[in-house]
Amino acid sequence: MSLADFVPFLPEIFLAVAAFTVLLAGIPLGRQGSRPVIALAIAALAVTAGLIFFVGRPVAGPQLILGDMLVVDQFAVFFKILVLAASALALLMSAGYLDRSGYSGGEFASLVLCADLGMFIMASGANLASLYVGLELMALSVYVLVGYFKLEVKSNEGAVKYFVLGATSSAVLLYGISLIYGTTGSLDLETIRVTLAEVPNENVLLLLGIALVAFGMLFKVAAVPFHVWTPDAYEGAPTPVTAFISVAPKAIAFAMFLRLFAGTFAGEVEHWRILLWIASAATMIYGNVAALTQNNVKRMLAYSSIAHAGYALMGLVAASDAGTWAVLMYMVIYAFMNLGAFGFVILLESKGYAGERIEDFAGLSRRHPGAAAGMLIFMLGLAGIPPTAGFMGKLYLWAATVEAGYVVLAVISVLMSAVSLYYYFRIVVQMYLKDGEEEGESPAEMLSDRWTGAAIAVCAVLTLAFGVWPAPLVGWAKSGLIALGLV
Amino acid sequence: MDTQYGWLLNLICYLPLAGALLIVFFMKKENVGAIKMAAVTIAGVDFVLSLPLWFLYRTDGAEFQFASQADWIPSVGARYLFGVDGFAILLILMTTMLGFIAVYSSFTAITNREKEYYVFLLMLQTGMMGVFCSLDFVLFYVFWEVMLVPMYFLIGVWGGPRKLYAAIKFFLYTLVGSVLMLVGILALYFYNAGGLKAIGLVGLGNAPSFSIPHLYTIAPQVPPELQFWIFLAFFVGFAIKVPMFPFHTWLPDAHVEAPTAGSVILAGVLLKMGTYGFVRLSLPLLPDATVKAVPWVGVLAIIAIVYGALVAMAQKDMKKLVAYSSVSHMGFIMLGIFALNDPGLRGAILQMLNHGAATGALFLLVGIVYERRHNRLISEYGGIAKVMPVYATFFLIITMASIGLPTLNGFIGEFLILIGAFNHSWVWALFAASGIVLGAGYMLWLYQRVFFGELSNEKNKDLKDLNLRERWTLIPLIVVCFWIGLYPKPFFDRMQPTVDRVMERVSVALPETDLGFLYGGEGETDHAEESESKHGE
Repeated sequence: MSLADFVPFLPEIFLAVAAFTVLLAGIPLGRQGSRPVIALAIAALAVTAGLIFFVGRPVAGPQLILGDMLVVDQFAVFFKILVLAASALALLMSAGYLDRSGYSGGEFASLVLCADLGMFIMASGANLASLYVGLELMALSVYVLVGYFKLEVKSNEGAVKYFVLGATSSAVLLYGISLIYGTTGSLDLETIRVTLAEVPNENVLLLLGIALVAFGMLFKVAAVPFHVWTPDAYEGAPTPVTAFISVAPKAIAFAMFLRLFAGTFAGEVEHWRILLWIASAATMIYGNVAALTQNNVKRMLAYSSIAHAGYALMGLVAASDAGTWAVLMYMVIYAFMNLGAFGFVILLESKGYAGERIEDFAGLSRRHPGAAAGMLIFMLGLAGIPPTAGFMGKLYLWAATVEAGYVVLAVISVLMSAVSLYYYFRIVVQMYLKDGEEEGESPAEMLSDRWTGAAIAVCAVLTLAFGVWPAPLVGWAKSGLIALGLV
Repeated sequence: MDTQYGWLLNLICYLPLAGALLIVFFMKKENVGAIKMAAVTIAGVDFVLSLPLWFLYRTDGAEFQFASQADWIPSVGARYLFGVDGFAILLILMTTMLGFIAVYSSFTAITNREKEYYVFLLMLQTGMMGVFCSLDFVLFYVFWEVMLVPMYFLIGVWGGPRKLYAAIKFFLYTLVGSVLMLVGILALYFYNAGGLKAIGLVGLGNAPSFSIPHLYTIAPQVPPELQFWIFLAFFVGFAIKVPMFPFHTWLPDAHVEAPTAGSVILAGVLLKMGTYGFVRLSLPLLPDATVKAVPWVGVLAIIAIVYGALVAMAQKDMKKLVAYSSVSHMGFIMLGIFALNDPGLRGAILQMLNHGAATGALFLLVGIVYERRHNRLISEYGGIAKVMPVYATFFLIITMASIGLPTLNGFIGEFLILIGAFNHSWVWALFAASGIVLGAGYMLWLYQRVFFGELSNEKNKDLKDLNLRERWTLIPLIVVCFWIGLYPKPFFDRMQPTVDRVMERVSVALPETDLGFLYGGEGETDHAEESESKHGE
């Protein structure tokens, strides 16, 4: 290990320093509300992006650093940029929200940066040990974020549930890793991949290890039957945190999922594929059906995010370059759609609390036509209706699934995405088809917060732009594939 | 592909969208008069701009004319590909015309949220036009779904009492159909390219392409087994749109609840999307599956004809009656298409236009009395020919067009479909003919109950006859009805290249020995032409 090894690692180092700086700066800056410190954190994210561009990129193919613990490749860069963008948008949305609720911004921003650091390591981990370390750093930060509103009972409840179940799943994952280590004699992903590719291994313990790792990952992406924490954690968490955890940790969990299953365990695909097929189908069906009856928007979006994990899992079931490619694209598209939708939940407020009831959207198109049009774009996007990016994302997933021959899974998913239209359009019905002046209705007030508004506008523009002109995103996602050796 | 005047097609397609955006961003919602003027001007200009297509289309030219192409999503081979043949041009002209009429007829009917209304109406126009222009499957699918959203709002916001239910039902039904169609599209796409590895289906290894003209060329190579599944996926998508029995249940709800202009567009254009899909995609792309499906589709079409007519007869609500008559008429068109012979197909295409004009006009007429009385029950009326003579005359002409009286358009289309059906099997023709009889029954009975007899209802005594604007919304449709009825040759000329090509593509799957029987003997074809020229005088 030489000092030069640390150069591509500079973004991570900077992020760690920034996390502590923001934490400390939050004390003096906190007196003027949370905006200055949030701005500082966003600036830190921008600098990190710059560092990735200048030193954190693979120059000539994937580069292993720090004793082969981490790999710098296009795949990692893809997810790092996605995490940075999602975090910046979530932070933008959170400033006004934190001020209104009277919580400080310093610790909040610092925890987001810590989570980002964990996710960076997950994105570029080349060793089961480093992956696990990154995962835990991310998870611990997120548990605290969910319980950040320490005086709210729901926030505490969500955090405790998330923590207990998350810790259990981490233990399962770790046990799986230990079994894999025991049977292959290595924690290094490349070594394991080569071993498994050369000699197809029917060892029961190895298969059990892979299955347990899969269970751990399915928990992190909130797939059925490991989804039970999701609705409570999403509902209880402060809404900007919900926006954040529904997007960035999920995307990065898929990154790790892909690196492990499409990369390392590719040789055992015939064993784990059926497992993921079932998980994918069950997740799509359960998530969409359960979302139908939710009256709380955050809970509904929680079930919708479960369903979207099911769609993305199709790409893993396909276990092809097209499948991986589709997952990469879908994570980007889903991130912007979901952040935007949560942005509106943040902006709506009724009776001093966030607008979480579906009825809070009633008559929005009359009072704020622009906002209603924005929410319409996100709802269409999540339902997968063109010309939004949501359709393009699903098109690639369906294409990969059909190409791999899993037509039944594709049919389940197209039917379920038709089902999903119903609950997304419950919000549209409220916005456009109700007046908000019916008997007993008291729709939420729409707050004006430029920062949140700007974040939503970015999401809306990208959701439409990727839907009409997806070529740049498609090309970028394809470059991420090369790193996995799939193309 | 002929790219001359390619810009014209793009202009026609996107002008309404540009107009909608103009209204959104530059017009205040209080300024209702200006919004109406802007909307009607845009729709009118769009119609005028579409007229050159009629004259510039060369029947001996390339299959697709006015084409334009550009890279869109290169990594999967999806291209921006626009182009039309005579068949699509006829439908585009009908779309622009009905679009203009829909906007113009809404001036007094829509009294709340006008800005949004005209914006959605114009957006819908672009969506519909895009479907007829697209020659790339992804592009086609994008437009196919895009048009659902404005239609959902037209029904949901400005509809009747059960609008929420009707709107979401319309959206969900069509969406389920279209996403299944997408799976079929993908299967075809992969067969053209790399194949479906996991189930051992080897592809043709061509460059990935969603281009419909390219896929035409590989159609005969697609194995029958695969064709069957793709046909099934397409069938669900198109049959829901048509709608065919038993997928028709969304239609009466959507029609009854939709505002008048929504019903006109729905009947005139949206339903044609389904039959357009069959002629443009199912028949030429999946000839083998099409030929095998003929008996089944025929049975469903016959059920739709007879059942739709019988249910229409039992309706108490005028609009519902017209809606069920649509089910019956669309069954007719399906029968013509799946007769798989020249007269049947020509009749079906012509009947698509006829149905658009006649049923569109019927919805306008029902809307006019509804606007005055806010009631559509047949029993509420009676004897109103005395107070609304012009209205009664217009209604009579359209009724006659709808039931197929010679000199009016319905006759030509139904006659050709009957010839086509008879060439296929006399049983089909028998049922189809019974549909015509039933159609005459319910329409004339409706006319009798509404217009003749005593003017018993007090509320009808001071009904006002049509005003100038209402007359002008109807006159173009009546002119079209007479034009097609008296001199359909220009229409046949323009659709003939399409009909020939579709027949040529589907005939590879027709058994050689049966060819004469199925294709329609020479004598029969002459007979059809005789009938045309007879009415051409």
